[in-house]
Amino acid sequence: MKPLDIQALSKNFGGLQAINNISLEIEEGERRVIIGPNGAGKTTLFHLISGFLLPSSGHVHLFGRDVTNLQAHQRAALGMARTFQVTNLFQKLTLFENILLGVQAIQSSRFCFYRRVRSFREMMGEAERLLKEWNLWEKKDVLLKNLSYGEQRQIEVIMALATKPRLLLLDEPTAGLSPAETASVTSIIKGLPREITTILIEHDMDVAFEIAEKVTVLYFGSVLADGPLAEIKGNPKVTEVYLG
Amino acid sequence: MKPAELIKGKFLLILLVVVVIMLLPSLVSNYYVGLAIQIFIMAIFAMSLDLLVGHTGLPSLGHAAYFGIAAYGAGFLYLAGMKNLWLAVFIGMGLGGLTAALFGLLALRALGAYFMLITLALSQVLWGIAFKWRSLTGGDDGLPGIGRPEMGMGIDLRSDPSFYYLTLAIFVLVFIALFILVNSPLGCALRGIRESESRMKALGYSVWLYKYLAFVFAGIFAGISGVLWVSYSGFVCPTYLGIDNSAKPLMMLILGGSGSLFGPSIGAGIIVLLENIVSGLTVRWSLILGIVYVVAIMFFSEGISSIIKRGH
Amino acid sequence: MAFWIIQTLNGLSFSMMLFLVAAGFSLVFGLMKIINIAHGSFYLLSAYIGLTILRMTDNFLLATIIGSIVAAVVGIFMQSLFLRRFHMKELQQVLLTFGFVFIIGDACLWIWGGAPFSLPKPSLFKGSILIGSVVFPSYRLLVILVGVIIAVGLWIFQEKTKYGAIVRAGVDDEEMLRGSGINIQMVFAGVFGLGALLAGIGGIIGGPFVGVSPGVDMSMLLLALVVVVIGGIGSLKGAFVGSLFVGLVDNFGKALFPELSMFTLFAPMAIILGIRPEGIFGKMGE
Repeated sequence: MKPLDIQALSKNFGGLQAINNISLEIEEGERRVIIGPNGAGKTTLFHLISGFLLPSSGHVHLFGRDVTNLQAHQRAALGMARTFQVTNLFQKLTLFENILLGVQAIQSSRFCFYRRVRSFREMMGEAERLLKEWNLWEKKDVLLKNLSYGEQRQIEVIMALATKPRLLLLDEPTAGLSPAETASVTSIIKGLPREITTILIEHDMDVAFEIAEKVTVLYFGSVLADGPLAEIKGNPKVTEVYLG
Repeated sequence: MKPAELIKGKFLLILLVVVVIMLLPSLVSNYYVGLAIQIFIMAIFAMSLDLLVGHTGLPSLGHAAYFGIAAYGAGFLYLAGMKNLWLAVFIGMGLGGLTAALFGLLALRALGAYFMLITLALSQVLWGIAFKWRSLTGGDDGLPGIGRPEMGMGIDLRSDPSFYYLTLAIFVLVFIALFILVNSPLGCALRGIRESESRMKALGYSVWLYKYLAFVFAGIFAGISGVLWVSYSGFVCPTYLGIDNSAKPLMMLILGGSGSLFGPSIGAGIIVLLENIVSGLTVRWSLILGIVYVVAIMFFSEGISSIIKRGH
Repeated sequence: MAFWIIQTLNGLSFSMMLFLVAAGFSLVFGLMKIINIAHGSFYLLSAYIGLTILRMTDNFLLATIIGSIVAAVVGIFMQSLFLRRFHMKELQQVLLTFGFVFIIGDACLWIWGGAPFSLPKPSLFKGSILIGSVVFPSYRLLVILVGVIIAVGLWIFQEKTKYGAIVRAGVDDEEMLRGSGINIQMVFAGVFGLGALLAGIGGIIGGPFVGVSPGVDMSMLLLALVVVVIGGIGSLKGAFVGSLFVGLVDNFGKALFPELSMFTLFAPMAIILGIRPEGIFGKMGE
């Protein structure tokens, strides 16, 4: 059962064809990187996969299910998590509250209104565990907007992992990070367990090639090339697109 | 040591306030007891609205609908001879909740300013219905002479001090209930929605459902305040459903602070006292109040501004 | 039969007057996302001023001009000194307008008192016309004519002039308008003033049959709200169609079952909200 299977996906906005007949298959445990010049449609593709945009035509299958007509939160509930290119966290909540919302998302207790959330020991413990694992426990009471950009990009990833996804969509996780931070995030992504199939949009070629097993190159909304890393590296069309 | 002194000072202040509140009827005249009753009822009303505005980020302009419909419901009940307070509160909560359930279905189809417009339109039409249906509601004149209900337990609610303690008790109960709700998983989710709907959706939360639940809860609690008000004042009229009564709790949130439970209560105190003081000083209290509102928004609105979302 | 004809006529004249009020409200909301609760106050203020002018000069045209201009000035004052400071903060803007409702309402109460008044008709139109077997008050016909003329004028303005194109663009996409280099504040102040002007004209025109008294501001606002919800936000066509619908339904409702007439408005409103929340001709914009 493939985590992701896209068939003939297209999206146009008025006259603009943003995504043009894309088909894509991701296997379980894969590390797939999507690259392409600006405007190639990478984030649009993510929006289509995660349900933030509905396609003009085509189908999206998650874990064998046709989710083309499902809303974003319904798709997420199937075991998919994503990060955003522009940091999208709860700025006026504390770090702990942020992570807790991630942890809570997959619990049946998330609708409970008659008990304080503090009384849910397991959830509280899980949020604590996550923060300690990532060495952010001391900052748990800091308001998110007071954390550095680099820390916030990191928390984007932690937030996605908090929902224990089977499919992870990372949208330019290293954007704007310092070399040290980039290296840190890259090793984290490489260290993710195989149960989490990972699709990465990346602009930084070094990061992309370090993580990727398979690469999909997007160009003006279509798939220019698609295959194992070595193949893509040697593909003249790809180099042309990046140098031209 | 300064910090210790500060803490001790704060503690004593709180203790003083609590003592004054507990002993109020023995300390001041019935007029002030009446004011306190009004403040507590309005505080419940404002806290219920804050659930929507401060916690979920939904700026509702039609909150008076749930207050008013519960007030009319209780009024009809009492006039029909069933002067049981508990029954009225139960019915008021039901009416407020049901109206919110209906209005929520319609209003939550939209976001931001459109949402505000729809909530306003819905509650104003309700006002219009009450205004015109003279044979049922007494129209503009309202329904006077309703009289205090009975609550059993040998307590006579016709005495203001008794009504005061009843209101205080209900206020405390509502406060506790809202405290739990606001700190529950649901409450946390509401604040997440306020901060970023898209993030919540990406996490798998059914955002619409949470907003709807917040809407209904807000309606239920507003209903309690409506029932208490008519039980206290013995009078119900279309103004309870009108825009004045929808804007008032919003002003309480602006002045007292939004997003906490104390803020709306403080705001309620400020507005109730302000209205009473100004109307006692001049016939032109409406004009003065309008000026105060404008000035307050011009200078105090930071608290609310960051909370209002445009829905992304 | 005559009953129906007369009621339809009354309904149509009411619709045209309502259109003047609703069009301004809808445009202001569509362009600036401001819910101007004081929109009814423009109606009220203008009607009272018109009343005074009429008492002094018996010149209906003069009254209309002065009343509506005063309303427009108040509107521009409100927008440029107060509302403009809260751009994109819709809740604060609404509450500001609410404060003005109190101020204008109480000021009017102070100056003109609480008794209801009816404006006298212009001398030329005090009579009736006989068409077939039915007697039509000529004033009502005048109102319909004026309403249609203004509606057409507004349509020409919106569709055929540069300024109108700017407003239309702004309703569709404010960001784009900002980027185009046009002085946005002038556009906003202008539209707000125009809305107030129209409401002011409506106040005087409606004066002879709706009358003026404390509370008319709120009842006009309510009808404008229903028109906008049904007809659509930010759309002139929507305001016209919505006004026709609301004006006729409300009029027949009042004539046939006065106590429950609001339900005849509530039901269509709820239905439209259920099916198409942005109204029949509305644009959701953002």
